[in-house]
Amino acid sequence: MLKVSGLRVERSGHPLFAALSFSLQPGQLFQVRGINGSGKTTLLRTLMGLYSEYEGSIEWDMDRPPVFLGHRAALSDRLTVLENLAWLCRLQDTPVTEAQLEDALAQVELQGYEDTPCGQLSAGQRRRVALALLFVSTNPCWILDEPFSSLDTDGCAAVEELLSTHIDNGGAVILTSHQALNRVGVAGTLELET
Amino acid sequence: MTFFLAAMARDIRLHLRSPQDILNPLVFFLVVISLFPLGVSPSPGQLSAIAPGVIWAAALLATLMSMDLMFRSDFEDGSLEQMVGSGQSMVVLSLAKVLAHWLVSGLPLILLMPVVGLLLFLPFDVIVTMAVSLALVSPTLSLLGGIGAALTVGLERGGLLVTILVLPLYVPVLVLATAMAGASMTGLPIQGYIYWLAAILLLAISLAPLAIAAGLRISVER
Repeated sequence: MLKVSGLRVERSGHPLFAALSFSLQPGQLFQVRGINGSGKTTLLRTLMGLYSEYEGSIEWDMDRPPVFLGHRAALSDRLTVLENLAWLCRLQDTPVTEAQLEDALAQVELQGYEDTPCGQLSAGQRRRVALALLFVSTNPCWILDEPFSSLDTDGCAAVEELLSTHIDNGGAVILTSHQALNRVGVAGTLELET
Repeated sequence: MTFFLAAMARDIRLHLRSPQDILNPLVFFLVVISLFPLGVSPSPGQLSAIAPGVIWAAALLATLMSMDLMFRSDFEDGSLEQMVGSGQSMVVLSLAKVLAHWLVSGLPLILLMPVVGLLLFLPFDVIVTMAVSLALVSPTLSLLGGIGAALTVGLERGGLLVTILVLPLYVPVLVLATAMAGASMTGLPIQGYIYWLAAILLLAISLAPLAIAAGLRISVER
């Protein structure tokens, strides 16, 4: 699915990490670990083609780019929850019905918030809206930057369940997180050191 | 095509949900123009002589004021990152965003033309000429301004930089447009100017989205 070899990334002249090689297969989850500033987010952005100062090769074997859940949730404050989700699905070429989106919102316990502008939600609720996207996603590969941030304990457990189902169905995940995952099998850990 | 329409509908909705952002430049446009009868002279002869220049300068500044709205909020909330990473055509997306922006910022200027024309004692046929030239020029201004806005969206205060980047590109269009108004006032034919402005608009429609897409990519990849 993804093959990375000899990846070396710099940020404003400082090398972040070098000689990073791994290959991601269907059914695998990789966790990226490292201290603050070690380049976890930059690694994910590089894999997504959102950062270009790198050497080495990144080969995707997929017909479309993976789902990317970034540090910022990509939700417009002025659009409602449903409008934001519908747009993000459109962007990722995922055909969805309104009923499916409402279902996904129920999964993240946000039923009743469909027509609320995202600007009125708390940080945790915004993160949940972004995660709702994963419930309707048909994309086999997910790249998630700190998916557990701002979530409460129940929320974290639900996300781990979701990840576990996804890799059981042959999906693949790369995520950054500081916390240990205990409900889902981690196929590999990418330690970033400076 | 459906992606183009979906992107445009999203942007129009975003703009309409913060009406103060789109009203600010329009009010600015009206205020600047209404100051001239008070500041220069209320005599119709003098006012109508300077009117085209005044209207153009005000329209240009109003357009520049609104440029920052084109990509700023999408950049800040991470939407732009998603758009670049999604694999969708950024050229199509750029054109959709510029068109949506023009509909809320450029089109109202054209609709205000009869009002400001009367305010400055312009004859009716010159008002029509001004409206036609603004209809041809304001999309060009939005497209060229979009290039500057795309390149500077990642910077904290890109406002002045956009002006410096884009103003030289605006000058040829402005020269043609004021010349067209002048010709219309002295009763000379204006067809040649219309062709020129239309040609520049076509050039901008076909090339500017490429530059905007590249600019957005550079801004996101920082």
